[in-house]
Amino acid sequence: MTAERGLVLRGNSWKFGDNVDTDQIIPARYAIYSMDEKVLGEHAMEDVPDNAGWSKKVLAGDILVAGSNFGCGSSREIAPVAIRAAGISAVIADSFARIFFRNAINIGYPILQCPQAAEAVRQGDQLEIDLEEGIIKNLTQGDEYRADAFPEFMTELIHMGGLAPWVRKRLAEKEAARSR
Amino acid sequence: MGMNMTEKILARGAGRESVKPGDLLLAKVDFAMGHDLTIPPASKIMREQMGATRVWDPERLAVVQDHFQPAKDTASAALGKTTRDWARAMGIKWYFEVGDGGICHTVLPERGLVLPGELIVGADSHSCTYGALNNFATGVGSTDLACVLSLGELWFRVPETLKFVYHNRLSEWVEAKDLILAVIGHLTVDGARSKAMEHTGEALKHIDMEGRLTMTNMAIEAGAKNGIMEYDEVTEAFLKGIAKRPYTPVSSDPDAAYEKVFEFDAEKVELSVAKPMSPDAYAPLSEVIGTKLDQVFIGSCTNSRIGDLRRAAAVLKGRRVHPHTRLLITPSSTETARMAEREGLIRIFYDAGASWTVSTCGACLGGHMGVLGEGETCLSTTNRNFPGRMGHPKALVYLSNPVVAAASAVAGEIIHPAEIMKRAPVAV
Ligand code: SF4
Repeated sequence: MTAERGLVLRGNSWKFGDNVDTDQIIPARYAIYSMDEKVLGEHAMEDVPDNAGWSKKVLAGDILVAGSNFGCGSSREIAPVAIRAAGISAVIADSFARIFFRNAINIGYPILQCPQAAEAVRQGDQLEIDLEEGIIKNLTQGDEYRADAFPEFMTELIHMGGLAPWVRKRLAEKEAARSR
Repeated sequence: MGMNMTEKILARGAGRESVKPGDLLLAKVDFAMGHDLTIPPASKIMREQMGATRVWDPERLAVVQDHFQPAKDTASAALGKTTRDWARAMGIKWYFEVGDGGICHTVLPERGLVLPGELIVGADSHSCTYGALNNFATGVGSTDLACVLSLGELWFRVPETLKFVYHNRLSEWVEAKDLILAVIGHLTVDGARSKAMEHTGEALKHIDMEGRLTMTNMAIEAGAKNGIMEYDEVTEAFLKGIAKRPYTPVSSDPDAAYEKVFEFDAEKVELSVAKPMSPDAYAPLSEVIGTKLDQVFIGSCTNSRIGDLRRAAAVLKGRRVHPHTRLLITPSSTETARMAEREGLIRIFYDAGASWTVSTCGACLGGHMGVLGEGETCLSTTNRNFPGRMGHPKALVYLSNPVVAAASAVAGEIIHPAEIMKRAPVAV
């Protein structure tokens, strides 16, 4: 899915701790299924201690809320892909590891850096996210948090649906310049 | 205000006079790398989503069959085949087949493909390894790689830089691996998140290129974007006769800015381990002595180059691996394996009862050839020991240097290598 302008996401939260690495998000043994999103979704977050079978409990639209350095470790782009395939509509974290952050932006998957939400949200809270404004409403606790703003270029990428459409456009521009 | 090495390379790539931390840039990439896990998705994204039909420059990309190759099952065979077919179709110059290359992060430096002053990306998190050769190198995902394959450029955020100064020199037995484990233990796995790690100081003068590569390899374990070192005689000597392109080294200006400077006395660094289950779970070796081991793994892009194997062989020569322990040795590249063969190291390993494998990532990522079972304990020379990394999430993994690993395989438990060297060799 891509984040169209004005989109509001709503779902229940799944809480995770600090430093959840990509080997826990989608273990390397499933990397050979990298072209099969369904398999990836089924095994998402499987190696987080005592979390086997998690993806079966996720309802489409649910929101993952994690601590600091979410997605550290490998460069595997299947980490955000697996979480998305499991049905998670957005990830909120205190902070993201660099490659996970890039990968999510590049595939147009909404992620929000919001230490306040990472701290306050409890497991199962109902959340509503206004992506355009970067506002996270906690309907269960009656609270509201503001996510850190992205630089303009990244917001643009998310709106375009990721890096691929941007490259397509740039290739076309280069092609046009060449034939001129 | 001057610039440091990372900033200079990014500025050069973006065609700008100067840059500062936080700037977003579109920069030209000098060299890129993908492997059997990342080329299949990247080539698909490139073709289907970006509409690109050819690679921006087939001479500036390396494709390495290493992660699940030789194929361990039909799914990995399919990935290997997709990678192979695509590399052929695109006319990729630096394609490394199974048995010809080895592990990507060892192959690229040893073939002189990643050079000083260059801007390099690899679709693998440990691409930061190349920075020991005075370049900016960072790991990216498949969509990023597809962007580079299509355009030869990519967006970057200029990182803040942390500077590390290592005074004096490492003491006996202590290696570059111990030093970087100590640094990561100090920083934590989040401590350099998205930042550059610039390593400098007297101690580095006495650390060879292999040891330097071990250090930059683990930059990502502190969350860093890249690790980088100055160009010196060691770099120059390493690249002599192998560099595939002319290059221009960079150095940091005396008035370059750093977010923070860390000073370490290398002489005070002890033999070190990372305890289960995180690379920042630092402990001095003395704290974990006696830990029983089911498996010892000497392998990976971190610590299985020829020097690592020579030092391990010196410990294993005439000794036997403990009957309750298994020792797996996976050379870092085919070139490494060839040297080991010439020098008689493989014979020493066999005589010790170790198993010697083809060069591949294999056990490092719990892929194949040495996956750990539930409740097993392993001492590994790799870079990362998060839960499930080397197999079952309830397997316990310690990280160490290769000499400690070899000695501990003989003892069947974690031990100081000096203890083993004191014992007379049993077998001849
Ligand atoms: S050896 Fe391990 S760390 Fe190095 S590239 Fe292979 S899987 Fe990654």
